[in-house]
Amino acid sequence: MHCSSSWLTRPFRERATQCFLGILLAALAVVTLFNLTLPAEHPLHVSTYTVTLLGKYLSYALLAVAVDLVWGYLGILSLGHGAFFALGGYAMGMYLMRQIGDRGTYGDPLLPDFMVFLDWDALPWYWLGFDMAWFAFLMVLLAPGLLALVFGFLAFRSRVTGVYLSIITQALTFALMLAFFRNEMGFGGNNGLTDFKELLGFDLRSDATRLGLFLATGMALAVGYVLCRAIVSSKLGRVCVATRDAEARTRFLGYRVERFQLFVFVVSAMLAGVAGALYVPQVGIINPSEFSPIFSIEIVLWVALGGRATLYGAVIGAILVNYAKTVFTGVMPDAWLFALGGMFVLVTVLLPKGIAGLLAYRLRRRRPPPSSSPEPTAPREASA
Amino acid sequence: MKIPPCLRWLLALCLLACLPLAVHAQAQAQAQDDTGQSLLASLDAASYARMDGAIEAIVASGDERSRGWLEALLGGKLQRHKETGRFVVVLENRGRNWPVVDALTGEALGEMSRRELDRIGINNALRGQLQSVLAVLDLRVDDVGARREAARDLLGRVDEAMVVPLQGLLEDEADAEVSRLLAQGLAIHRLEQGDAAAIESLAGSLNPEARAALSSAARSDDPALAEAASSALADIEQKLRLNSGLETLYFGLSLGSVLVLAAIGLAITFGVMGVINMAHGELMMLGAYTTWAMQQLLPGQSGLALVLSIPAGFLVAALAGIAIERGVIQFLKGRPLETLLATFGVSLILQQLVRTGISPLNRTVVSPEWMSGSLMINEGLSLTLNRLYVLGFALLVFAGLMLVMRRTRLGLEVRAVTQNRAMARSMGIRATRVDIMTFALGSGVAGLAGVALSQLTNVGPNLGQNYIIDSFMVVVFGGVGNLWGTLVAGLSLGVINQVLEPWAGAVLAKILVLVFIILFIQKRPRGLFPQKGRAAEG
Amino acid sequence: MSFLHSLADRDRVFDFLVPAASPVDVRHGPILYLDGVTVSFDGFRAINDLNLTIDDGELRCIIGPNGAGKTTMMDIITGKTRPDSGSVWFGSRHDLLAKSEPEIASLGIGRKFQKPTVFEALTVFENLELAMSADKRILPTLTARLTGEIRDRIEEVLATVGLVECRQRLAGILSHGQKQWLEIGMLLMQRPRLLLVDEPVAGMTEQEMERTAELLTSLAGKGKQSVVVVEHDMGFVRSIARTVTVLHQGSVLAEGSMDQVSHDPKVVEVYLGADPDEEAA
Repeated sequence: MHCSSSWLTRPFRERATQCFLGILLAALAVVTLFNLTLPAEHPLHVSTYTVTLLGKYLSYALLAVAVDLVWGYLGILSLGHGAFFALGGYAMGMYLMRQIGDRGTYGDPLLPDFMVFLDWDALPWYWLGFDMAWFAFLMVLLAPGLLALVFGFLAFRSRVTGVYLSIITQALTFALMLAFFRNEMGFGGNNGLTDFKELLGFDLRSDATRLGLFLATGMALAVGYVLCRAIVSSKLGRVCVATRDAEARTRFLGYRVERFQLFVFVVSAMLAGVAGALYVPQVGIINPSEFSPIFSIEIVLWVALGGRATLYGAVIGAILVNYAKTVFTGVMPDAWLFALGGMFVLVTVLLPKGIAGLLAYRLRRRRPPPSSSPEPTAPREASA
Repeated sequence: MKIPPCLRWLLALCLLACLPLAVHAQAQAQAQDDTGQSLLASLDAASYARMDGAIEAIVASGDERSRGWLEALLGGKLQRHKETGRFVVVLENRGRNWPVVDALTGEALGEMSRRELDRIGINNALRGQLQSVLAVLDLRVDDVGARREAARDLLGRVDEAMVVPLQGLLEDEADAEVSRLLAQGLAIHRLEQGDAAAIESLAGSLNPEARAALSSAARSDDPALAEAASSALADIEQKLRLNSGLETLYFGLSLGSVLVLAAIGLAITFGVMGVINMAHGELMMLGAYTTWAMQQLLPGQSGLALVLSIPAGFLVAALAGIAIERGVIQFLKGRPLETLLATFGVSLILQQLVRTGISPLNRTVVSPEWMSGSLMINEGLSLTLNRLYVLGFALLVFAGLMLVMRRTRLGLEVRAVTQNRAMARSMGIRATRVDIMTFALGSGVAGLAGVALSQLTNVGPNLGQNYIIDSFMVVVFGGVGNLWGTLVAGLSLGVINQVLEPWAGAVLAKILVLVFIILFIQKRPRGLFPQKGRAAEG
Repeated sequence: MSFLHSLADRDRVFDFLVPAASPVDVRHGPILYLDGVTVSFDGFRAINDLNLTIDDGELRCIIGPNGAGKTTMMDIITGKTRPDSGSVWFGSRHDLLAKSEPEIASLGIGRKFQKPTVFEALTVFENLELAMSADKRILPTLTARLTGEIRDRIEEVLATVGLVECRQRLAGILSHGQKQWLEIGMLLMQRPRLLLVDEPVAGMTEQEMERTAELLTSLAGKGKQSVVVVEHDMGFVRSIARTVTVLHQGSVLAEGSMDQVSHDPKVVEVYLGADPDEEAA
């Protein structure tokens, strides 16, 4: 399996990755085709509304993949990944705000509406440069990446792991949420950033742009998936698994565990940032609620439901839970929290390996694996 | 111009001093009404310059109703009906029609249009004199509390005419507090006249009037007076700073006690079982709702209900805790991260149960009378009683838990399991039973925290959520498995928060505290009071 | 000019690309030297003024009752626990107290734990691959390829520890004895200068014990490896030991050949004589 091919091309030789990419690309193609060619009254027609909804799911799926990378393979249960997602989203939101120009309610050519409302007379320094797409897109990676770098550097250096790490990641996102709620921070406070007009010159309300965003999100998911796959199937991925299961032992083998943890954590945070950046133009708003600890824990549920340490499980979980959320909140909103809470309990108690675990079990029963190939690594709980 | 009114005041006040002696029988009601009518009539007829004479006459009459008349006069509510010439007191002078009562009989006369009435006007000079007269009148009543209030009102309003009667009152005064206030009032007056000796009796006074008098004296042309006044002022400022420091400390300790209450149950379950119970906040919520339910069951007896809800809240939360342990946590042994997720699910369900079962809105829990009000330490510092009670309650709960941990069989077993689960098990300790008991204990304490919280904040479905992250921070900061650590961490975080708040604002203070803890954990990953040894490092 | 010359010289890699070699300087004495080491946990002195010297190529056995400080001593050498006072030297060049666990490991100190610790979610082959001495920084690890050379070396060790058949099995499903062997195999892959082996034969059959004894004695030798074995099994110690150190209450009670120490009255009192059943436990 782990042969002498290059680390980046290795995933393309894996059956699971080929299947995943095949299904994903086919789904993208079908949705595009049905949206563009079928008339609106056709039963199979996919409306632009649905396309955007699916795009939102896909960005969540990318976020879930990022969480699975650190939780499934590194054993770090981050309850603060929503923060990285939101930071990426805010970076994109700031770009979109600057793109509004003088088309805002107050018509100020430079200042976004909320700043005019607050009687500010100049852009804060950290808003500078966000009128340039390349800079904003760089920030989509750098803002979450830097936060993860600093936070991870401090945490991993002092060997904060297990539930301690979970708790302080939660505190981190909570602190950020409080901070972003403040008007003085200059990120729109409670209301966040909204009323976007266009992205790279494309009208955000047009059907074509929305389809394009959906496809871009799908491609980002594909790239992110392959990147994560490449990492976990490299020797570095095996060091991660080793760290997850026996951190001290890995250290005694001469690996600087904290650097590996930091590397993967930062990569994961950047992926989450990209997911956030793709999410914002599709839903049309970013506000501090994305920082809320509950959202971050929900992400973990998607991964747990789909199955940890599989990557594709995270995608399945994210899409299923969010589809269920859409359905529930439409039909009986009161029941959604019961369903969500129930899922948390049932998945952890009854389905520790998630849906992917069930699938693998079914497949194995149908045809026994050839003895030469290694068994898929069973996700195990890292000891605290 | 100044002397004659003063003399008249003197006369009035002397007569006033004889007031208690002049007892009027109720039987003379008719005669009274006649005199009352004529007193008011002369008041109404008098010009501003003569009015003080009329006021004197009213005071001198010793009529029981005179206080009401003077107050109404001061408030512009003493009026005359234009047609009948009847004197009335307006109860509420807003709108077009005013409810009125007869000034002499107190009989309600329904509503009258403002057009029908003629106000007995006064000017500013009279207003000041009226206030003084009223204040001195109040100093005569039997109720000590009312006298203190009156004496406090007089501060900074003493004028020359009041000095002699006030000194007389001061000699007869039995209550030390009233005497002190009167002496201060007189001293302020003397200081205003430029008497440097008065500064001594004002030294250390926290009353704003005294401070105002001192600071104006500090700017006086007389250098000796100015210097003495400013040094007295500096002392007062010092005392004020101390006061505000103490107040911050008190609020900090109060917030800290809430944190300790919220965290200590968590510390037990986390320390012993290594389990993160995300539903801990919701167990607190259950405790708070138990208090509410208890008050619904015992309407009008909020005190009894509160006392009863202490054991009830403990019991309800403990039972819920046992249900969580048996229903979820026992299946997740050795998987702390999954326990965290599962209990989070439980917390969502509990919240939603309350939202759909009771109401998504906050419920009001009444504070019993003995818990409202405040404890006055000095003029600048008073401690609200409910917070004081909660602080005491937190310390009691802590002491109780310490006793349970140190002195009972359960505590011994719990400590054994905390330190080395496998070893404790092989010594014949039934770890499962210990788990259940510990979880019940921790949950029950959460219930107690909820009962206490119901006295400080709104009782609603989100009550627990607001505290869960804070209480985790306390546990982590204090060091797992160490109750003293939790106490110290909770109280100090509370104080830190309150110290930062005036400087940074509430939200930023909270952010700073979170960031501080995040950084602190990097420095000392095992908290303030870590457990040491090979087993702990495993 | 010479710089350009060195650039043109394609036979050699650039100096900065050569992994920092850390030769252990043993010309002036022992390979491991502990001096006056003391560590206490909450007032309890686990190690009390411990002095210990291991010579290059030596095979040393360390025995002592429970709580004598054997495992804590290993924790100190490998950097897991920091002593309150004293110094620990690896060769005459490396102060181990100034280094982290991975640094100590890459200097050439390998450790086998008391409880066999292998990576249960990885295959036997992958366990050995991770243990192998290589550039263990992040990017080289990410781009590492499995060359024929590496494969051969892993196969070689697999043969040595008798796990050829289990190559692709998950380490988690191995028997206790197999895990012990795998861990020894991982030690071999590390190619350390100093092996610290904590209770290697617990859970092994007689035959396996013999093979272990054989392996450990063959490893130790001048210029090759030095081996420190902590063991409770007296029979096993007797079969491999040249020099035995007895630890008691955190410091050295006696040192010498097996015969010498087993007749030392102090040792007999605190350990051997007290309860003959306990030593075998």
